[in-house]
Amino acid sequence: MRRERIVNAALAVLLLGFPLWAYWAGEPFLITLATRAAILALAGVGLNLALGTGGLVSLGHAAFFGAGGYAMGVLAWHAQMYAPMNIAGFEIAGTKSMPVIWLVAVLTGALLASLIGALSLRSSGVYFIMLTLAFGQMAYYFAISWPAYGGEDGLSIYVRNGFPGLNTLDPIQFFLLAYAVLMAVIWFMARLQVSPFGLALAAARQSPARVQAVGIGVFRLRLVAFVISGAITALAGAMFADLNRFISPTMLNWHTSGELIVIVVLGGVARLYGPVAGAILLVTLEHVLGGFSDFWQIWLGLGLLAVVLFARGGLVGALAGRAVAHD
Amino acid sequence: MTDTVLQVRNVSKAFGAVQASDGITLDLRPGEIHALIGPNGAGKSTLIAQIAGALRPDAGSVWLSGQDVTALGVAERANLGLARSFQVSAVAMDLTVLQNVVLAACGAQRRVWRFFRAALRDERLIAPARAALARVGLTGEAATIVADLSHGQRRRLELALALVLEPTCFVMDEPLAGLGADGSAEMTALLAGLKAQAPILLVEHDMDAVFALADRISVLVYGKIIATGAPDAIRADSDVRRAYLGDGE
Repeated sequence: MRRERIVNAALAVLLLGFPLWAYWAGEPFLITLATRAAILALAGVGLNLALGTGGLVSLGHAAFFGAGGYAMGVLAWHAQMYAPMNIAGFEIAGTKSMPVIWLVAVLTGALLASLIGALSLRSSGVYFIMLTLAFGQMAYYFAISWPAYGGEDGLSIYVRNGFPGLNTLDPIQFFLLAYAVLMAVIWFMARLQVSPFGLALAAARQSPARVQAVGIGVFRLRLVAFVISGAITALAGAMFADLNRFISPTMLNWHTSGELIVIVVLGGVARLYGPVAGAILLVTLEHVLGGFSDFWQIWLGLGLLAVVLFARGGLVGALAGRAVAHD
Repeated sequence: MTDTVLQVRNVSKAFGAVQASDGITLDLRPGEIHALIGPNGAGKSTLIAQIAGALRPDAGSVWLSGQDVTALGVAERANLGLARSFQVSAVAMDLTVLQNVVLAACGAQRRVWRFFRAALRDERLIAPARAALARVGLTGEAATIVADLSHGQRRRLELALALVLEPTCFVMDEPLAGLGADGSAEMTALLAGLKAQAPILLVEHDMDAVFALADRISVLVYGKIIATGAPDAIRADSDVRRAYLGDGE
């Protein structure tokens, strides 16, 4: 437990320290890389609640990631075109305000997750994986065939959305914003893990029959976890879109779901800072190995294999040892 | 009829051509231990599953404290006061002993939908959990991960989980399974003390324990109850001897 705390603190300091160093050294591109890692880590933290704590292997989290992205894209596009949306006869203006966009993204993600979850959670195991994959791909093809917002080509947003009191166009300020959101969500997750809800969710992964037998409905438990998980991943999707100032159906593709799973597994399934470690590792490999060869993913694959075979707790597990119960 | 805690009325369940439960009727009265015995494959586990709510009977009904619970699921029946223990320990292996019992306390007190307060810092959950652990003699193991417990300790944890629910009836599926002589004696003593709190429907293969503990015994053979009565009457019953106790043939 104490070792894991030290590892967690080191990861938090690393993710903060690197871009601060890059700022000092005048390397804005490296700050953007760190921002990318922070946002992907946030998406991973969302997935980790379902996949790690809940044991619900979702291959459809790209749907929530993309839903957040499209929430940002649609709102910002209407704002930059000065063309209000027309929803059921109401004229609604777009917005360039991040807090509003985040709220919409979180609600969209939660709504989508409650629909997909309510249908998928009636099954389990491989069937659950396949159902989430199917719903995720439905969202993907829906976005492709929706010409109003760019269809297959996606949408470009010319200017990054704003946050009160910050200049989000400044890379270091946008990084610090993303980092603050990531830390706030991790703090929330830390509380959640030791709460009665977190305890019941973890127990339902290990022995659903027992959880039922003490009077707790497992389906509802998992559904709530899935919705929280989807909402957090959608928030990350909105920020990811803002980082790139671009959205496209690629965000919704199952490759994205796979990448999020890789982040969680590399870093450490059900570990609080697992996704942070996984995202830092993935972005670093992408950048460093990608510089050597276009086929860098073969090395990623080998690394993943090594983790699955030799370090079941991922990077955090390898550094901090066996997961010990929290108090 | 109102003073029966648990009632099974004409319950039938078939799996294909196998009639696992064939019009079973039995009840559980306050303050008693009612043992259910029968050879392997008699349908004991199927009956337990229907009582607990994991299986829906094809016909018949299950009543808990005068309420028809046939349509309710496992969690709802647990909330109405039915505590079951499992034949093969079903506990969260990666959690500590205390966390497992606190989880049961969360269920019993309907305190699951709390997302911020640490469960293990909530005295309303901790106090009953520790009391249950003390009763089964696991106080020293509270911080141990369940996977590291011995088999006998796990059986006692199973009992603590049922105790914390403060149920109106216990349904126990072979609580002595796999215990050695010492463990069986300890568990038998624990069960004997438990019936003052709530009656027990006890499925058990250990005949010494059954005849020592039970106030009434029902014998299940091929999905049918062939006899119900006091231990002495059951021991003397010729049908039972032939079908189960291995007399004669």
